[in-house]
Amino acid sequence: MKKIALFALVSALLAGSASAQEKVTVTVAAFPSLDTSIKAVLPAWNKLHPNITIKLVAQEFADHHNAMTTALATGQGLPDVMALEIGYVGKFAEGKGLEDLNKAPYNATQYKKLFTPFTVAQATSSDKRFIAMPTDIGPGTLLYRKDVLDKAGVDPAQLNKSWESYIAAGKTIKAKTGASLINTAQSIYGVVSRTNLKPGEGIYFDSKNNLLVGPDNARFVRAFTLAKQVRAEGLDAKIGEWSNEWYDAFKQGTVASQFSGAWLTGALESWMAPDTKGMWRVENLPEGGYASWGGSFYAIPTAAKNKQWAWEFIKFMTMDKAQQLTAFTINGAFPALLTAQNDNLFSQGVAFLGNQKARVLWRDAARKTQPIDVNKYDSVADQIVNTELTNVLEQGKDIKQALTDARAQILRRAR
Amino acid sequence: MQERVPLPTSPPRQRRRWSYNRFQQRAAPYLFTSPFFILFLIFGLFPLGFSLFLAFHLWNPLDGLGNWEYVGWDNFKLALGAPDQFWVSLKITVWIGLLSGVPQHLVALPLAFVINQALRRWQSGISTILFLPYITNAVAITIVFGMLFSENLGLLNYGLSLVGLGPVRWLALPELVPVSVATVVFWRYVGWNVILYLSGLQAISEDVYEAATVDGANNVQKFFYITLPLLRPMMFYAFTLTIVGNMQLFEEPFILLGQAGGSGGAALTSAMHIFNVAFRDLDMGYGSAMAWLLFLAIFILSMINNYLFSRGGGRS
Repeated sequence: MKKIALFALVSALLAGSASAQEKVTVTVAAFPSLDTSIKAVLPAWNKLHPNITIKLVAQEFADHHNAMTTALATGQGLPDVMALEIGYVGKFAEGKGLEDLNKAPYNATQYKKLFTPFTVAQATSSDKRFIAMPTDIGPGTLLYRKDVLDKAGVDPAQLNKSWESYIAAGKTIKAKTGASLINTAQSIYGVVSRTNLKPGEGIYFDSKNNLLVGPDNARFVRAFTLAKQVRAEGLDAKIGEWSNEWYDAFKQGTVASQFSGAWLTGALESWMAPDTKGMWRVENLPEGGYASWGGSFYAIPTAAKNKQWAWEFIKFMTMDKAQQLTAFTINGAFPALLTAQNDNLFSQGVAFLGNQKARVLWRDAARKTQPIDVNKYDSVADQIVNTELTNVLEQGKDIKQALTDARAQILRRAR
Repeated sequence: MQERVPLPTSPPRQRRRWSYNRFQQRAAPYLFTSPFFILFLIFGLFPLGFSLFLAFHLWNPLDGLGNWEYVGWDNFKLALGAPDQFWVSLKITVWIGLLSGVPQHLVALPLAFVINQALRRWQSGISTILFLPYITNAVAITIVFGMLFSENLGLLNYGLSLVGLGPVRWLALPELVPVSVATVVFWRYVGWNVILYLSGLQAISEDVYEAATVDGANNVQKFFYITLPLLRPMMFYAFTLTIVGNMQLFEEPFILLGQAGGSGGAALTSAMHIFNVAFRDLDMGYGSAMAWLLFLAIFILSMINNYLFSRGGGRS
């Protein structure tokens, strides 16, 4: 085994000195559908750097992040470029295994202004290390069925004027068409708890690690109250996301609206409900709320072998306008790069949305989205609060009591 | 002719030479059994020891090896504290275990008896069919059941709608979710238990049954007075396997309901909770501590099972 390795090394060295340019393989670990974006730009990369081979290792979403966790824990089997999804970037930022891109030789501080502001904050740790470059974002909007609203005689503006008018519209829709307002009441909680945060606030913790969840926090009380109201009025279809019922509701038009990232339009068009082309429209979230759904990043592990080329590749993926636009057109990955967002492509209508100029709306939403502080205990808090919300919705538990219990449980776990 | 005895001052050279026979006798057994021990050391003993070590530490795997902080019994105290999810998950696990385990044995035992008594001719065919769920991939099973349980599109609710019953939220109502999961577990392991009981039944001598027939015993009497008492060792074995398996339930609820264990974590079993804490919340120490507590719970339940079996039957 050693002999083979030695032979390989010697022949590699010989080959290196023989040809003028070194041959390097850069390993990139990613998850679906980010791998589609990478594959889309590979031809351009190979043309530019014929000697630098990109080896793409794609695993399922959870498998990828588990594998990366294990690799960082042991320092073994690390890729040169590590893709991270928004749900993980906060946790990985607090760890110690990724390069701080603020420092030399990366000096990424100068590039931060090129990106949508909130996404840069997401990849910054609490001690101000910048651990990953953003590549795509998920500007949050309200997607609605225009045909259902027309049938019910509801003005789309009523859906997002206020939460109260949203619920009122839901009652009309239910009465006139029989369609539900939203897939599940939990979604209302999701939006209300994620929007209109004060500066220095995260969803569950503030920037000083103080827990915000509790019976005295107006944001959570309102989120729970509105969700309960929607459930009590029978306006939600009680359908979980990513279920067969969810896809079916999109196809049949039995659910009138859906809060989501811009990417959902692409998913609807490509596989969820292609036959509903032209029936959908998007608008901003209720009460001028702005939030992001999703987003992807690239990081470099400290123990990576080819950091120099890893960084070149990341820059190519994230800061090259042409590549960002390729990923957007082929994979629907909304660019994090501001110059890419200013391309002509964005002023064109989206056929699936009845030629609505939705991209401009998404771009505007992305720029207005405030940075949200992430905390390493966010996933703990998220699980506990959602369980308590279910208790409220399904068992009729008192809201103040549920939030009191949630607070106590999170405080125990957040050590 | 007598051979020359070598002088003690100069030991024979042959002895030091490599001999195939000596290798066969002395080293080969160790060499050939070594893969198991090497694999066990790496994948069995080391993780076990490491998780015991981690149970007393606070460790985020993203910090890398070595960056752990000793916290003593804190992880155990955290898990055993009154409102902790660990207790909730343990209750859920035991509940689903009972919901799926008790019917499994109540059905498997008489079924095995009937097959053994009346359906001898088709026994191998029936056994194969009953064993299929056990060897089928859990993911495939769970996806199929997911479609059966589907609220608006599922076969189960379609059947109910034919008799005028409204759609039942099998996978959303917190009270029903454990039942749905238990159904999958039941379906998957009932055949396995039938096979266990069948093999136990076949160890019972025909003579005993024949004697009973001569004495005029009917099938019910044979079942209660011959089969059940003589099947005790196999029942003990099958019960123990069910307890251990059900307490570690993971695949079925995980695939059927997702990482969070469904609506409000209604089917969040202990194994799933441990997985979430370790790999989603990245709190390896707390996860390890709970894994050891789960081990303790399984150990206690197995001991109770052992006690009940040795007490109730007057084991000789």
